[in-house]
Amino acid sequence: MLPEPIQNLIFALERLPGIGPKTASRLAFYLLRAPEEISGSLAEALTDLKTKIAFCQECFNITVAGRERCEICESGQRDGSVICVVEEPLDILSIERIGAYQGKYHVLQGVINPIEGIGPDDLKIRPLLERIRRGGVLEVILATDPTMEGDATAQYLHPRLKALGVHVTRLARGLPVGGDLEYADQNTLLRALSGRQEMG
Amino acid sequence: MTEPRSYRVEAVVLRHNDWGEADRILALYTRERGKLRVVAKGARRIKSRKAGHIEPFTRVTLQLARGRDLPIVTQAETVDAYLPLRDELAKTGQAAYVVELLDRFTYEDASENHAIFRLLTETLGRITFEPDPWLAVRFYEVHLLGLLGFRPRLFECANCGEAVQAVAQFFSALAGGVLCPKCGAGLPGVWPVSMEALKFFRHFQRSDYAGAQRARPAPEVREELEGLVQRYVTYLLERELNSPDFIKQIKR
Repeated sequence: MLPEPIQNLIFALERLPGIGPKTASRLAFYLLRAPEEISGSLAEALTDLKTKIAFCQECFNITVAGRERCEICESGQRDGSVICVVEEPLDILSIERIGAYQGKYHVLQGVINPIEGIGPDDLKIRPLLERIRRGGVLEVILATDPTMEGDATAQYLHPRLKALGVHVTRLARGLPVGGDLEYADQNTLLRALSGRQEMG
Repeated sequence: MTEPRSYRVEAVVLRHNDWGEADRILALYTRERGKLRVVAKGARRIKSRKAGHIEPFTRVTLQLARGRDLPIVTQAETVDAYLPLRDELAKTGQAAYVVELLDRFTYEDASENHAIFRLLTETLGRITFEPDPWLAVRFYEVHLLGLLGFRPRLFECANCGEAVQAVAQFFSALAGGVLCPKCGAGLPGVWPVSMEALKFFRHFQRSDYAGAQRARPAPEVREELEGLVQRYVTYLLERELNSPDFIKQIKR
């Protein structure tokens, strides 16, 4: 019914998460009417996304293609003796936003999922262990999600990191700011209680 | 049958998958309606009131509202969190196997099956508290197969009907049970099974858990029995399960 270029764009947009057929056609027709620079810059950004992005060979965060290491790994300001282990590059963004962490990162690019068949070998675990074997690391902070999968990943890493002589910590788990005790689940409440802190 | 606008179920969360911006889709095994998929809106937000109650392996009561496509979780309250299943990786692996097996064998057919629900919750409880979950998991496999209608014939030859004698036999997944040496020898696709392994298999099949616990199979018999059931399950499902491979990986 529609000319092929429009139809193709609608199909392409529909494949994105959270976009259905109606939104896809609305976006497509908007781009058709909008000045060329909008669609032009979008097209350019999309092409660059795959060709100009690579993974840091040290921590596996995303970085500009052609660079061996990402900005954080290169930086002389960051403390290389602490490594924070996260699931995805987006998690780094969240931690960087608080501006209180001065160490470096390691991105696992996934999480152990026994039911889906994602095991330790599918993640960037070996490079992490190699990185620590090279020396200079004192503490590893496990910042995987507090889900069954994140916990399984932390449980898997813990003895293997410990064997390399580093101090292993896990992000604390407890009550969120503005939360309500009444709705807390046993797991969270139990850990909040056992991890309670002296008021100081 | 029209669904009520809002209803309550008791369920075990089999697995969860991220959905949309901050939602999760849960696969549940409910006491009231068997397997059921539901949406938990906003369950990935850090302040979600539901998130902690609907992690995999948790036994939970849920208030569900009829949704456009899938039912929507409106309230969640943990009945049993089986916490050690999350704190010990070996137990996580076993629980994942238990849950995956049920997930693969069942469909969302809104049929209640109290016996399966009970077997599931009892098994998760046993893996939680027993130092060695081997027996609990084998007992679960054998009884789950029975409840699903795949109970293997272990007392007479599945081909000629002769009572099984006290000698090594063959096992045929196709025939759904044991074949006597006369019928099984030389047949393609049958596996040899020792008298010892068969003895424990039969014992697990007709005992309750307390009875099964009295059995003390030797390590090589344990391995044989585990392998036998695994092959039978793989045959029935026509594909490999994910969690046995995971269990092997974490042992390294």
